Amino acid sequence: MAASRRRPKAQTDSAPKQAASVEEMIKFYREMLLIRRFEEKAGQLYGMGLIGGFCHLYIGQEAVVVGIQAALKDNDDVITSYRDHGHMLACGMDPKGVMAELTGRRGGYSKGKGGSMHMFSREKNFYGGHGIVGAQVPLGTGLAFSHKYNKDDGLSAVYCGDGAINQGQVYESFNMAALWKLPVLYVIENNKYAMGTSQERASAGELHQRGAAYGIPGHQVNGMDVLEVREAADKWVEYIRSGNGPVILEMKTYRYRGHSMSDPAKYRTKEEVEKMRSESDPIDNLKRVLLEGAFVTEDQLKDIDREVKAVVTEAAEFAQQSPEPDPAELWTDVLVEA
Amino acid sequence: MPIEVLMPALSPTMTEGKLAKWVKKEGDEVKSGDVLAEIETDKATMEVEAVDEGRIGKILVAEGTENVAVNTPIAVILGEGESVTDAVSGSPTPAPKVAAEPVVKDSGAHAPATLPVGPASGPAAAPPASDEDKFFDKTVKKTVREALRDAMAEEMRRDPTVFLMGEEVAQYQGAYKVSQGLLQEFGADRVIDTPITEIGFAGLGVGAAFRGLRPIVEFMTFNFAMQAIDHIVNSAAKTLYMSGGQMGCPIVFRGPNGAAARVAAQHSQDFTPWYASVPGLKVVAPYSASDFKGLMKSAIRDPNPVIFLENEILYGQSFEVPESEDFIVPIGRAKIRRAGTDVTITAHSLMVSYALAAADLLEKEGISAEVIDLRTIRPLDTETIVNSVKKTNRLITVEEAWPTCGIGAELSALMMEQAFDYLDAPVIRVTGLDVPMPYAANLEKLVLPSPDRIAEAAKKACYRK
Repeated sequence: MAASRRRPKAQTDSAPKQAASVEEMIKFYREMLLIRRFEEKAGQLYGMGLIGGFCHLYIGQEAVVVGIQAALKDNDDVITSYRDHGHMLACGMDPKGVMAELTGRRGGYSKGKGGSMHMFSREKNFYGGHGIVGAQVPLGTGLAFSHKYNKDDGLSAVYCGDGAINQGQVYESFNMAALWKLPVLYVIENNKYAMGTSQERASAGELHQRGAAYGIPGHQVNGMDVLEVREAADKWVEYIRSGNGPVILEMKTYRYRGHSMSDPAKYRTKEEVEKMRSESDPIDNLKRVLLEGAFVTEDQLKDIDREVKAVVTEAAEFAQQSPEPDPAELWTDVLVEA
Repeated sequence: MPIEVLMPALSPTMTEGKLAKWVKKEGDEVKSGDVLAEIETDKATMEVEAVDEGRIGKILVAEGTENVAVNTPIAVILGEGESVTDAVSGSPTPAPKVAAEPVVKDSGAHAPATLPVGPASGPAAAPPASDEDKFFDKTVKKTVREALRDAMAEEMRRDPTVFLMGEEVAQYQGAYKVSQGLLQEFGADRVIDTPITEIGFAGLGVGAAFRGLRPIVEFMTFNFAMQAIDHIVNSAAKTLYMSGGQMGCPIVFRGPNGAAARVAAQHSQDFTPWYASVPGLKVVAPYSASDFKGLMKSAIRDPNPVIFLENEILYGQSFEVPESEDFIVPIGRAKIRRAGTDVTITAHSLMVSYALAAADLLEKEGISAEVIDLRTIRPLDTETIVNSVKKTNRLITVEEAWPTCGIGAELSALMMEQAFDYLDAPVIRVTGLDVPMPYAANLEKLVLPSPDRIAEAAKKACYRK
């Protein structure tokens, strides 16, 4: 195993990266590409009227969830906000079930009753999918509480955006998590814009320092580089698992699309978006690392592209063929029948 | 195979738009993410990005065209080796669309002739069976406070996933001494003092319940639960439904509700109707110590979120409580506290004692009142109420809450729907007055229902002076 591990070329002059094996890098490439292609397809289906309501795409931020997930174990939990498709795919949820939920069909993870913002998988320990900005933070802290209560060595990865970080309940959570040393990794996905409000206009101070008053370690990570994300996650997940309490990782990332489908994103320039896309794209950058190191051939990557495209095409077909929910489904799942 | 690009819907409400500008022209190579065109919607100008790779073979809708309907083909993208003639060999174009079905298939779910009948629209629902009465052969006198403590302790002994958290529940032994002794018996891992942080610990409790623990979350009073109501409604009550049945939330939110004495507007509110309006919640508001105990045990065992509304004035009152630990009261079952023939009076929580006092007053005037203790507000035991009204033909509802959209309003509607032909008089609501609670002793007394006001209403319903 050790022999097959090679150090990829660093794109920045930061500390040397933890070695990722070629297999891992290829896995990251495939996972990020799956999210990218899935989201593009979701955007397209939205445009065709097959997906309704709110639909928040994760395009641009793929490295964050893929890098963090690589550091988690099966018993660990993931919870996030409404920009959640990428997290579900990274958790290993079936793209068919996710896409069918987007189209509001019977084969969706929530039988068509949740939609883009409300999906869950007990099997994959994915706890949503929450539409109230910031609400997932105390919920995820409660997941961590249950790990501590059960003494089971698991932890909870709680994602929130740079918008949610200004909600009061986030700090109520930080306080309890630090007070009780709960095993929780708070991941701030700072994509610079809370809907249309830039970080500069909404947030005083540095986001990774928001836990400082509670004694929570906080670090800033280049969220556009999956290897840097994974390295930071490895290090701090280990720290959390050792019983040291919560950690905050601020991921500097970027979303290419609007906040939701109907957002024309006039609050930033085209040049800004283009610059991020051309210089910092997490998928292109990993591709470059893989090719420049001669770890893979162009053909191998093309095979992966085709494979991913087939998975997404299959998901989109399933999502259109799966029937709408039976009207009787209206009345199920309101209460658990004891 | 050539791919048609369709006019996209760019918002939930868009049906057509203007093709303002083509960014790419025929012959241009495109890849995923490239901007193809700009489209003006009713709200904004948006960019349309390519999802597929290839070359623009033909532009089908010229720039500047207005009122282009969503899903109209606007261009054709060609793959390697394909030509425009593959796609457009004349018109209309035979190229396959980007996705097979541009419109949602009709599976019969649209505008069905009649709505599927649900639990709420059926006839009077029968309450769950109960064997509670058989336990009253051996009882002991307990206060409501002690009964609640006993219920929690028995359930915590029975199930290690049950724990209690809230402000001052552990070392202080409860702000109202309801959790007296629990820290000593169960330790700090299961009886947990929280900071003053209602939305935080309510959300934390819900998260713990998602993973299968059974939290009892105490609010020092339900007035403070308003800080946390988002988690009660949006997180606890709705997640089972939103997850298609995957993610239950077995949690009890408990604490005193309603007016205490002289604590003024912000600390004297009855939230029963608020919670009772939410599908996905169960709402319980008992009166006697035995019901507090039996219903608390049911609430803790229930796989759903239960709002358990207590009352500060009742905490110190004593009642006979069955000794057996097997005694349990099912959620969803009202109790006829006093049988009568002339008028039905419904009440819950502290107001049951006022209703019983009013029945005594009425008896002196020759009016026989039947008093129903609702005990559970959601799901409501409509059968017991409707059957009583079929007998007495009159209904007085009593509650501390404000009149608008209150429990009395709900029961009035229920009578219209299920007992209209049996009513001999309009339903009369006796409620807290429609003002914030004043501090002054005399004013506070005027706001709350009293046995006299209830008796007065009953006499009016019986057309007696």
